[in-house]
Amino acid sequence: MKKIRDILSLAATALLPTMLLLAAPWWLALALALCVAGWMALTRTGRQAASVTRVAISTLAQRAGSSLVVVVGIAGVVGVLVALLAMAAGFEATLRQTGTDDTAIVLRAGAQTETNSTLDRDATQVIAQAPQVLTAAGGQPIASPELVVVASLPKRSNGLDANVQLRGVGERAWDLHDRFRITAGRRFQPGMRELIVGKGALAQFAGLEVGAMLKLNGQPWTVVGTFETGDSHDSEIWGDTPVVAATYRREGSVNSITVRLQNAIAFDTFKAALAGDPRLRVDAFTTRDYFNRQSESISRQIRILGTAVAAIMALGAVFGALNTMHAAVSTRAREIATLRALGFRGTPVIVSVLLETMVLALLGGAIGAAIAWSVFDNYSASTLGQNFSQVVFSFHVSPQLLWSGLTWALAIGFVGGVFPAWRAARMPITSGLREQ
Amino acid sequence: MATLVEIRNLSKVYTRGKERLEVLHSVNLDIEEGDFVALMGPSGSGKSTLLNLIGGLDSPTGGTLTIGGQPIHSVGDDALAKWRSANVGFVFQFYNLMPALTAQKNVELPLLMTDLGAAQRKRRAGIALQLVGLSERANHKSTELSGGQQQRVAIARAIVSDPKLIVGDEPTGDLDRQSATEVLEMLRMLNRDHGKTVIMVTHDPKAAEYARRTLQLDKGTLVEDAVRALA
Amino acid sequence: MKYFHLIWAALFRRKTRTFFTLLSVLAAFLLFGLLDSVRGAFTAASNNVTGADRLITVSKISLTLPLPRSLLARIQAVPGVADTTFANWFGGIYQDPKNFFPSQSVAENFLDLYPEWKISAEERKAFHDTRTGAIVGASLAQKFGWKVGDKIPLQATIFPQKDGSNTWTLDLVGIYHVDDPNLRAQEDALYFNWSYFDEARQTSKGSVGWYVVRVIDRDRADAVAAAIDALSFDSDHETKTQSEQAFMAAFASQFADIGLIVGSIMGAVFFTLVLLTGNTMAQAVRERIPELAVLKVLGFTHRGVLALVLCESVLMLVLGGAAGLALAGVAVGAIRQAMGPSVPMLPVAGSIWERGLGLMVLIGIVVGALPALRGMRLRIVDALTGR
Repeated sequence: MKKIRDILSLAATALLPTMLLLAAPWWLALALALCVAGWMALTRTGRQAASVTRVAISTLAQRAGSSLVVVVGIAGVVGVLVALLAMAAGFEATLRQTGTDDTAIVLRAGAQTETNSTLDRDATQVIAQAPQVLTAAGGQPIASPELVVVASLPKRSNGLDANVQLRGVGERAWDLHDRFRITAGRRFQPGMRELIVGKGALAQFAGLEVGAMLKLNGQPWTVVGTFETGDSHDSEIWGDTPVVAATYRREGSVNSITVRLQNAIAFDTFKAALAGDPRLRVDAFTTRDYFNRQSESISRQIRILGTAVAAIMALGAVFGALNTMHAAVSTRAREIATLRALGFRGTPVIVSVLLETMVLALLGGAIGAAIAWSVFDNYSASTLGQNFSQVVFSFHVSPQLLWSGLTWALAIGFVGGVFPAWRAARMPITSGLREQ
Repeated sequence: MATLVEIRNLSKVYTRGKERLEVLHSVNLDIEEGDFVALMGPSGSGKSTLLNLIGGLDSPTGGTLTIGGQPIHSVGDDALAKWRSANVGFVFQFYNLMPALTAQKNVELPLLMTDLGAAQRKRRAGIALQLVGLSERANHKSTELSGGQQQRVAIARAIVSDPKLIVGDEPTGDLDRQSATEVLEMLRMLNRDHGKTVIMVTHDPKAAEYARRTLQLDKGTLVEDAVRALA
Repeated sequence: MKYFHLIWAALFRRKTRTFFTLLSVLAAFLLFGLLDSVRGAFTAASNNVTGADRLITVSKISLTLPLPRSLLARIQAVPGVADTTFANWFGGIYQDPKNFFPSQSVAENFLDLYPEWKISAEERKAFHDTRTGAIVGASLAQKFGWKVGDKIPLQATIFPQKDGSNTWTLDLVGIYHVDDPNLRAQEDALYFNWSYFDEARQTSKGSVGWYVVRVIDRDRADAVAAAIDALSFDSDHETKTQSEQAFMAAFASQFADIGLIVGSIMGAVFFTLVLLTGNTMAQAVRERIPELAVLKVLGFTHRGVLALVLCESVLMLVLGGAAGLALAGVAVGAIRQAMGPSVPMLPVAGSIWERGLGLMVLIGIVVGALPALRGMRLRIVDALTGR
């Protein structure tokens, strides 16, 4: 009974530092590490700890097998965690950087997404004429009535057909995307069956090079250029709205209209003006707001998945570490008992065991992080976005993420080392001296 | 008395790399059934090797070895194993019990190789333990027993399949005087009252006093063969 | 098996080490159970046996383009077609976008093509007879506490009514059940009459979302599909017809290569597990060489010792793994209970256990092989003297 109480109280005391560790920013952890190093160099107990640790490290080679278990186990945890979180971060980043605060997208009232929305020509003209909409040099409002449809093309990765989003854009579309630029070929000419292809779509699908011919609804279209916007629009192919509408027999209406406002502050007035207009039944969002919402639920699901998977793997790694350190302590029982008989206190032993575990954990974490970074950073993938079409995004392995992975590794090392360390320090000297 | 062990020109050579070590040279020996033999000699004399060969733990390099009418010198490992489980009981210096099993289960081990059912195995083990006077310790783990008690469990294990031959390698080597005496008395009892042939290697002259016949080995050959009258 | 207690005793000789190792195995197979449950869910729809004789016809251009209703009779007339029906995606919202569930308007004979949805004859008739009638799956009804007779208002996201309002109010006239637990996600839906939908909708009247076709002979499905597509060739509504399974599989594959993700994670996990348990087994055997030698002394053959060590290794994997799978089963049950049947997780049963047990035995053998060989090969005399 006492044993269970001891274990529980130890678990409780171990929990707090572990949680702090998980939450600590890198500079705090570095400061802590420096403090420990200083303690080991300057105080007597610290120096004792240092010498015990030195002995431990020197015998590490003998325990290579079990030490490897800790390193590999933790590398696995960190690798998977970083990879999955990078996937979520990348997806979110792609959609998050889509859109600005001073452009707005207008949909039919009640439609949550472009695909569910319809606006007729009259409505789009009324919206474009709103006073908050910025006008170009010639007095033309900067507005783009847009039509989104889907084209089925074979993916480069497996040759199976998947859907790519085809967006009909208005003449002023270029003025709505600050980072838009043509990377090859030219813009399409209004009125022609010409397409420009986004960077992401080009990478994911076959048959979209400049000069390629596509059949859309039985009609031949030509790819005349490739573009880059630095956001989720890179997954799309663009054409002229009226021509796309004709090809897909959707004359007379579009899905949405995107406008550039005079400035970001004008949005609220714009929205109110549209709501108050009896001719319209529409909803308006800033483009930033609109695209953010698209990514939220998927990113969150991937994050939950990643964290859950990593947590279970971490549990397995903790048990592995416990096993290894427990064996390590047992093997060195006589050595530890001798040291304590000679006058070394419990603390140096605890510190030594913990340090050993955490060094192994850090090594494993570094390996896992390195593998995740080298394999997955900027790894391009695509998944189903709204409108049943593919959204292309890149995995994003940030330093923040790598640090997260390392803190998990250290936490696992800490938990895996704390029990054996405590046991080592508490082992009765006499029985330790007798151990085989 | 019938001859149990018949040894002709027995030799054993170990090759370690390029070195040839001849541990036994052409040993000739007959051991009668029901005898109590002590094998003695300086270290390196080959006495343990001879014991291992008689016990079927190893195969000779040359010569013949016939036990109970059965030639076992050129028999394969699997057949030797089978032969051992039915015909020889072993008692080692360091007992060699399974630490994770109870005394009872340890004694039953040789019977696992037979067709006997669980109840029968339990019964036979019980009888063997009773014989060595440890019935009330049947359910103790071997680690909970003293050295002398462990050795007695080992003896019970050695006789549970009722073998003709009991082979001991320094059976009292790790015991204090009193326990050693107990163990030797037990071996004497098994030899005298149950007709078991006992062959043991020993350093201890006091242990050798229990044997009727003492064989001295030196450098791989038999140098002395003494028989005494037993009380 | 009479050797069982020997194997068990060997396994638990070092209680702490075995305990921690078992926990690691448990964690690995807990993860396996959870991930395989997710992977299975994504492939379940494409493995639905009853769907094997159904074809789906959609617009070749895009999933979102409608097809004319007039195709119904022409498809029905294609040789090899047993029955034809159609449906249209509605996509309404009940009270809150967070409550989202699929809603579709369907033709009168729709339920004929989905016999695996069990519904009473009276409720079917009520659905047929009530213009504004709707049927929902049992799980969905339970989630919202709906009973037959309730009115369900849906907010349209795509299809406003012709009077301009966004609200479609339907009468719940029937509740259907799906028996197969792997397909219970199909209960998470609402169906109402296409006739009402078409009459009351504002735009695109006379069009349907897709056709569902039941073929007479499963083996001739490809030919029938081609014939159906030939009907609309070179028209303004070209179609693409494929088996329901192929359709679902293609859809799932667009989401993500779930198989690859799950496979990679489990690969990493099992690699670590092999290392961990391998290390444990190696240590365990190394420590027990003298004991194994004694077993040989007592009559165990070389192969007997090999088998003993292998059994110990497999037992270790199976004990930990079965516990892990059982825990996964409990976890998945709880998650499905909490989040409804449309969460993409299959209950942990049948094939997941088969695969899991197979893996446990395989890993047990792989991990125990070298130590077992070592045990098999040891020479009694050398081992006893500690050489």
